[in-house]
Amino acid sequence: MLILTCPCCGVTGEETEFHQGGEAHLKRFGPGSTDDDFHTYMFAKENPKGAHFERWRHNNGCGKWFIMARDTVTLEVYGSYPAQTHEPPQHIRDAITAKRPGWTWREFA
Amino acid sequence: MSTRLAKGGRLLDKGRALHFTFNGKRLKGHAGDTLASALLANDQMLVGRSFKYHRPRGIVASGAEEPNALVHLGEGARMEPNQRVTTTELFDGLTCSSQNHWPSLDYDIGAINTHLARFLPAGFYYKMFIHPRPFWKHVYEPFIRQSAGLGKATNPGDPDRYEHFYFFCDVAVIGGGVAGLQSALAAAEAGAKVLLMEQTAHWGGRAPVDGGEIDGQSAEDWITATIAKLRDMPNVTLRLRCMGAGVYDHGYLLGYERVNDHAPSTDNPRHRLWRIRAGQIITATGAIERPLSFAGNDIPGVMLASAIRDYAVNYGVSIGDRTVVVTNNDDAYRTAITLKKLGLEIPAILDARQSGGGALAAEARSLGIRVENGKGIAKVKGGKRVTGVAICAQAGEGAVLEEIKCDAVAMSGGWSPVVHLWSHCGGKLLWDSAQAHFRPDPANPPRGAKGEAFVVVAGSANGNLDLAAALTDADAAGKTAAKAMGHDPKSTKAPSASATDEAALEAVWLMPQGANIKLRMKSWLDYQNDVKVSDVQLAAREGYESVEHAKRYTTLGMATDQGKLSNINGLAILSDALGQPIPQTGTTTFRPPYTPISLSAIAGAARDAVFQPIRKTPIHGWHEANNAHFEPVGQWRRPYCFPKGEETHRDAVNREINQTRQRLGLLDASTLGKIIVKGPDAGKFLDMLYTNVMSSLKPGKCRYGLMCNENGFLMDDGVVARIDEDTFLCHTTTGGAESIHGHMEDWLQCEWWDWKVYTANVTEQYAQIAVVGPKARETLAKLTTDDLSNEALPFMGWADLTLAGMPVRAYRISFSGELSYELAVPASYGRALWDALLDAGAEHGVTPYGTEGLHVMRAEKGFIMIGDETDGTVIPQDLNMGWAISKKKDDYLGKRAQERSHMADPNRWKLVGLETLDGSVLPDGAYATASGHNANGQRMTQGRVTSTYYSPTLGRGIAMGLVHNGPDRMGDVLDFPKVDGGIIKAKIVDPVFFDKDGEKQNV
Repeated sequence: MLILTCPCCGVTGEETEFHQGGEAHLKRFGPGSTDDDFHTYMFAKENPKGAHFERWRHNNGCGKWFIMARDTVTLEVYGSYPAQTHEPPQHIRDAITAKRPGWTWREFA
Repeated sequence: MSTRLAKGGRLLDKGRALHFTFNGKRLKGHAGDTLASALLANDQMLVGRSFKYHRPRGIVASGAEEPNALVHLGEGARMEPNQRVTTTELFDGLTCSSQNHWPSLDYDIGAINTHLARFLPAGFYYKMFIHPRPFWKHVYEPFIRQSAGLGKATNPGDPDRYEHFYFFCDVAVIGGGVAGLQSALAAAEAGAKVLLMEQTAHWGGRAPVDGGEIDGQSAEDWITATIAKLRDMPNVTLRLRCMGAGVYDHGYLLGYERVNDHAPSTDNPRHRLWRIRAGQIITATGAIERPLSFAGNDIPGVMLASAIRDYAVNYGVSIGDRTVVVTNNDDAYRTAITLKKLGLEIPAILDARQSGGGALAAEARSLGIRVENGKGIAKVKGGKRVTGVAICAQAGEGAVLEEIKCDAVAMSGGWSPVVHLWSHCGGKLLWDSAQAHFRPDPANPPRGAKGEAFVVVAGSANGNLDLAAALTDADAAGKTAAKAMGHDPKSTKAPSASATDEAALEAVWLMPQGANIKLRMKSWLDYQNDVKVSDVQLAAREGYESVEHAKRYTTLGMATDQGKLSNINGLAILSDALGQPIPQTGTTTFRPPYTPISLSAIAGAARDAVFQPIRKTPIHGWHEANNAHFEPVGQWRRPYCFPKGEETHRDAVNREINQTRQRLGLLDASTLGKIIVKGPDAGKFLDMLYTNVMSSLKPGKCRYGLMCNENGFLMDDGVVARIDEDTFLCHTTTGGAESIHGHMEDWLQCEWWDWKVYTANVTEQYAQIAVVGPKARETLAKLTTDDLSNEALPFMGWADLTLAGMPVRAYRISFSGELSYELAVPASYGRALWDALLDAGAEHGVTPYGTEGLHVMRAEKGFIMIGDETDGTVIPQDLNMGWAISKKKDDYLGKRAQERSHMADPNRWKLVGLETLDGSVLPDGAYATASGHNANGQRMTQGRVTSTYYSPTLGRGIAMGLVHNGPDRMGDVLDFPKVDGGIIKAKIVDPVFFDKDGEKQNV
């Protein structure tokens, strides 16, 4: 059972206090988008062996959504940051680079 | 025969006799016995039958690794199957019986399978039972179900108490052998908060049996002194009978404490599940001795050498008068020496190593024991008990050199570290070819939240089989773990112990190494599941090259012991058959728990009334007092109907509907979800959430809306009321309140975080009561002076009223098709309002109705229900609800998805009404057949029933369903086959069965 830290209220708690919400940093494609773009947005998810960015909600706590960078192999947590963020903050990227030099995740590196 | 010795038994209190029964036989043991040692003391070696061939099975081991000796323990509601006698402490009055035989343990009909073994090889079931196809359902499956499963299922209703216990520590040490003790001591002396747990009832593990001195003391004295030291430390918690069951992500550890299994008469909880967060976990879990694979190694009386030694030293039990020892390492000599010193016969030690053993071998010889190097067992003689062994050269093919009479065989194939807990959370293993076992790879430990190693391994679990090396390793492990938690370990030295000069082990996976097929078919790997060397070799020949595939094909290691004895031997045989080194074959996955734990312990206190919280409306008490028949709706309990006297549920529902349609009904609708959406952008936000336009709604008005997920599928529906310019109240389904609120927050926080909107789930802040029927207005008028006319409060409007002195918000909305007011009051007024309405409506025979009445009435009106008409694959267009989808809006959640080709496909099944020709009620979920068959030989279908009820209003069955081209096929008749044969014919009709023009609700 993972241990997570909510960047909004600062609580560090057990996984059961939180709820996972799938891949983070999705760009929404609505009406007017191509079939390919919509398909990718809806269904084509990252499944990396290594660093991954996920949405989590502190649903048995402050109720806020946030984003967590986590390693799918070692289960290391590189950090969490508010959901109102378009791309991973530099300190999170640095933390990943320290452990996984040369990593990439979608358009981020 | 096995018997109790006059001397010995360090764990026994011989002054206290305990009585117990096995298969109805009354037997005697001593305090301190395990059930295994007590059975053996009474010469009860035969304790069960194997799973497949029903071979006689005796006790093999002395601990958690025991594969054979499983019994039904206890009686009545306390009976439990598959309990290991080796880990069951004896208590007075214990009752047990053997498993998997008929009619009796001694004479078992199923044993015929052993003579059919040639015809029952690995994968037999997969090969045999596939043809002819129809045979599976009618012949094979019933037969296999008869013979499947080991032991009988336990009775429902567990009378015992169980609990969970939360614990936090710096260092958790699993295993209370000498390594565990030293690790705990080293960590505790550094200042760490330490938990030390041991699965058995005794500290010290194997050391007191195996001998050796620690810091100049006997192992036993050192253990006593160390425990005393640990007990005095305030930062140490000690627990016996507490197994480390599983290691999970980020240092989560489960402990399984058997609090009073050994003393069931006390008033303690039976089991306690420890839910531990440990900064560092030390696995000092020891090692398990491996059997050797020779013909007849499963005959009762063939046991692990260490187990025979344990029974002699710990319990004063001799397994036989004449014990042949067979080994590939020095440790088994300890058994020979121990037995010899107790005055028992050792006819021979067969050492498979050509070069033989070291110092212990010399000691054995000096005691006058015959030691044969380079020899092994060709075959064990005997049926239900060993009678002798045939000796052969290990290097050969099994030519018999000599036969020796004996009644026990002590075997040792070397020791495998218990790496289970290390491996549970991703720790990797190394192959140690010198000791022929897997041990933890220190470079690849399980890692925690910060990427740090959080499991340290200590002692023989780390491959340090020698006492001195184990203690040094354990001391270092304790210090490493404490340091990782920020403590400063003392620079003390590890306890010293003299190392024994042992000769190297020689890997022996088959005895003799060139054994022919007849011998290999009698050389058991997995005793419980009857997997032999020949089965694994067959699996390899048939292409099951992955160890995971070979496991499932042969069932090796799939028994209740999870292959604690058989895995390494099995994968060595597999590797040999595949011609590859053992590390290349690898191991199967180690999964928690280490040994089975009770389901009741996992449940803990969460059962019966406290299994989950029940949500109750403010009116719940009235429902209970008025004979409500409840049904669960999410965590709520809602009245299904209110039967009167002897009335059936069906009759009650019909009465409630008739009375509501004709005069006046009352529904407790408090469970309905109520979410306030507020802010300057609230309208814009709801326009994205609902398929229709909500921003154009005027304050004082209500509008029905549909909510879809981004994938286009319907997820919820309900009425939205605009309270003021900035404020909307969204009603959701009862089950959807929390998830829809979460859905709103998700989009607000993660996508449109710059929009000025707040949401609040106020479901439980309000009670809501629907007053329904032609007499609704008259009844309310008695309680208020406010204007209730159709002009003042029209259909789909709302108004704040004072009703019986209470502040009420009345929504004129209808889910029944009747004149209807839904009255919302602060929850604390709920019951008072309900009572006032019952009083006021008494003259009209006011009738509270339940959820079934609600369902039938909405179906009579053709209203959809989320979860009936929808199942996560239905879009609003399927339900002909195009009217509720705005054409003007550029965007709403689900709009883009609904433009995808298969969503816009005219061939999607669409909503219609269904009317049976004979007036009967269609079965729920029934399919309408079409002509032809699909690729699987099943009838083609063209529709299905989504809602079906008996309508008391119409006096016949009515249904809704989704049908291919349904709306264009009015009047067509469809066939709905029934499960028990026969066909119901139903005509496609308009789904609105009653009051199509809505005249009743609009008065």
